[in-house]
Order: sequence, then structure tokens, then C-alpha cells
Amino acid sequence: MTLDALDRALINRLQEGLPLAPAPFAGIAAELGLSVEEVLARLRRMKAAGVVTRFGPFFDAAAMGGAFCLCAMAVPAEAFEAVLTKVNAMPEVAHNYERDHRLNMWFVLATETPEGIAEAAGAIERETGLDVLRFPKLQEFFIGFRVAA
Amino acid sequence: MTVTDRDIVSAVQGGLPMVAEPYAAVAHGLGIGEDELLARLRAMRDSGTIRRVGVAPNHYRLGMVANGMTVWDVADDRVAALGAQVGALPFVTHCYERPRALPDWPYNLFAMVHGASREEVEAKRRRIAGLLGDACRGHDILYSTRILKKTGLRLRRKEG
Repeated sequence: MTLDALDRALINRLQEGLPLAPAPFAGIAAELGLSVEEVLARLRRMKAAGVVTRFGPFFDAAAMGGAFCLCAMAVPAEAFEAVLTKVNAMPEVAHNYERDHRLNMWFVLATETPEGIAEAAGAIERETGLDVLRFPKLQEFFIGFRVAA
Repeated sequence: MTVTDRDIVSAVQGGLPMVAEPYAAVAHGLGIGEDELLARLRAMRDSGTIRRVGVAPNHYRLGMVANGMTVWDVADDRVAALGAQVGALPFVTHCYERPRALPDWPYNLFAMVHGASREEVEAKRRRIAGLLGDACRGHDILYSTRILKKTGLRLRRKEG
């Protein structure tokens, strides 16, 4: 789909966050000079087209007593799709990206307990026969999240 | 029956309904009042469990087809100060210090950079390199070639 200026303004604004209030779209609609229904129609259209992958609260697993961990694997090209199916089947895998490097599969584990990271990584190693390198964050310098649409 | 925070997270982790009053709809499904749901969600936000309510965009679909994870081997005694400077750059969306995995992986500073082209990302990478100067002993950039999964946190279904 083609995004117009209002769609892009909406994405930028929606990345900043909505209030936890009964009518969360009212403020943003007024700011952009749109009706709430028009905001919702645009949001639904962008969600359906995959421009927006998710709308809702973003949770911090660590604040819930759990943990996040970035992991990487060097997956042989011929095994890539089979390994991918196994890795993505794990609910603990929150995001997964293919990257152009010897370490070509990079995913984030999100678990409800700190021990869950080792359990999930161990399960993936057993399932795939490949090493899972773990890169837990030691320090977070800034989470902007936003990209300018 | 009490509705736990876990129940609330389970109800909204897949996303909120895209309607004018999404919390009323979720509260109805949980069998609690909208006021109670909002109070519980606000408490989760105040404790840091909820970082924000909003959208996750697909960078590719926004025309940002070059998405690079820049990685840097920065002297341990300087990574805190320099990481803060890299993280403050307007084009860096995530920045973390992470452990090295020697001998394969000497890098301890990770900064995500997005752009409409690899040339644009390379220019941003050079700015980071300039900022790090001689504190950096080596670096690399890993472009993402495919989003394989992007669901966010999912609680495992409780067994039994």
C-alpha cells in the first residue's frame, strides 16, 4: 500500500504511545485533524497491509520478573528453513531476523523467569544440534524505538 | 475468581482491538470493569512492566529497506560513556552493551541503524565510527535480509 502524509504522521505519533484512557485515540485524532473513526480506519488498513505489525501494549519481560536475551546461530544454508521452523515454533522466540553474516539467524528470547532463557536456548540447541550464542544486555543506553516514517 | 496480571497480559499480548474504546472491549472479555482494567494497566506502566502502548512498524514497509545491526569492539573502561553517546544519536533506535563471545565475536556494543539504502546506513555507521575513535578496535555491520518472526512477548500457556 502507499502511505500518505497522514498515515506517516499517524505512525510517528503512535510510536510515541497512547494514553491508558477509555478513548485512547481521541487526543491523536484531534492533533491530526481527523475523526477517531478515520484514525481507526487508517490503523486497520496499515495493520492489514503489514505496515504496522502490532498495536497494543509493549511489555518488558525483565520488569515482569522474566528476561530477554538476544541470541545468534550459524545455520547452514541447506538447513535454514528446517531450523527456522523449529526456532519459530517456540513461543519464547519474540523476534527473529535473518542477517548476512556467518551468524545468520538472530532472535530474541523473552521468558517469564530468568532461568527460562537457558531452558529455551538449551531446547533449541537440542532440537537443532546447533550452538545458540547468547548476548544478554549488560547495559541499555537508550530505547528510542521510533523510526521516522 | 480473581483476574491476575498474568490474565491481563495474556488478554492483550496479541494486541488491542482497533476500536474507539479498546479497554472496554478487553475488560468485558475478562469479566472486569473498564476502570479496574485501566487501573491495573497503569500500575503495570508505572512499575515498568508496560513500556508504552502503541504500534510496532515494519521498517521495510516504511521504505527503510536497509536495517543494519552495527557492532563494535570498544574498550571496556570506555564503553559506558561512549555507549551513552552512541545511544543518544538520533538515528540509533536501540543501543546495548552485550558480552563478547570470544574468539568468534569480539564485539560488545550493539547499535541498530535504519535507512532507505545501504549507503545511508553506511554514512550513519561512519558517524558512529568517528564518535568512537581510537576506543574502537574493530567493528562490523550485519544487515537484516528477512524478518523471520515478529510477535513480541508471548506467555506460554500454563499447563494443568
